[in-house]
Amino acid sequence: MVAMILDIGSWILLLTGSFFCLTGGLGLLRFPDFFTRIHAASLTDTLGASLILIGLMLQVDSWLTFVKLMLILLFSLLAGTTASHAIARAALKSGLRPLTAAKLAQQRGESSSKPS
Amino acid sequence: MRHILALSTMLSAFWLVNSGHYKPLLLFFMVVSVLLVVGLCHALDVVDGESQPLNLTFTIPAYWLWLIWQVVISNIDVARRVWMGVDSISPQVIMVTADQKSDLGIVIYANSITLTPGTVSIDLEGNQISVHALTEQSAADLLTGEMNRRVCRVER
Amino acid sequence: MFAATSLALLVVMGLALARAFGGPTLYDRILAVNNFGTKTVLLIAVMDFLGGRPAFLDIAIVYALINFIAIIGVLRFFEYSTRKDVEED
Repeated sequence: MVAMILDIGSWILLLTGSFFCLTGGLGLLRFPDFFTRIHAASLTDTLGASLILIGLMLQVDSWLTFVKLMLILLFSLLAGTTASHAIARAALKSGLRPLTAAKLAQQRGESSSKPS
Repeated sequence: MRHILALSTMLSAFWLVNSGHYKPLLLFFMVVSVLLVVGLCHALDVVDGESQPLNLTFTIPAYWLWLIWQVVISNIDVARRVWMGVDSISPQVIMVTADQKSDLGIVIYANSITLTPGTVSIDLEGNQISVHALTEQSAADLLTGEMNRRVCRVER
Repeated sequence: MFAATSLALLVVMGLALARAFGGPTLYDRILAVNNFGTKTVLLIAVMDFLGGRPAFLDIAIVYALINFIAIIGVLRFFEYSTRKDVEED
């Protein structure tokens, strides 16, 4: 009985995680410029990865495996944010500017503030 | 001293979890390698309150819970925007001020901003963080300063 | 169920590869490769369970570490090699 509930819970988590990963991958292709694509990538890195790993955690048979999955989860959260920030900062320093122009700027009038 | 002890405990736990074997010989190797790494870190002078923030031990779990909740909410929002298409987003760059007293607090704040989908910190100068926000809503949420206040409370 | 998850992950990796090949800027490509790497870690973990006996989780941990270091290394490399051009602009 308990095993069945765990199984169903882990299936739901795995499916939701896959859905978020797919959404992130789609956003990576759909969004118009580099800085918006970071948001799509962080979508798969945070909730997508967490849900899949937690789903796997419900299926483990030894606590060692559980702790290893936990380590992967913690590390991917930490490294994901650091890598996102590093890529965004490097892009900014190399002269790439966020897209606020074109039709998006027409709606707004002007971009709110320019990064130095 | 506290920090060296904390680092040794962390490293030993990491070794035990990753090895899974508890024979005397392997435990001996564990002690040797932990001593080596702690010695190296001590020589590099990186064992201090910044790499081992022990004073945050009791205040940070509550913040983590709140942060996880924020991450879930903003994930759902961003996922909706992906499916709705390009017309639903309005990217913009805003500046926020970090009120934390220590560098560590500012780093926690900036990393929390990046961890939440919809907002990415792209530059940091002094205590001014440039944030790229995906939508007006996510920018407005950040500008209310709730996350800033909560990180300040963690730091204390 | 693990098969469905790994299939979804493979599709995501395909999408990331498409962005890596087609990305207009260098940083799009780096972002896509980073995303590809984190999905590989997940794929290794899921495939492990698909096989029935988790044995490769250590490899997933090591892959996550190497992926992170590699991205930072590549960023450093391009930071130093492109800075000159930017200053000339």
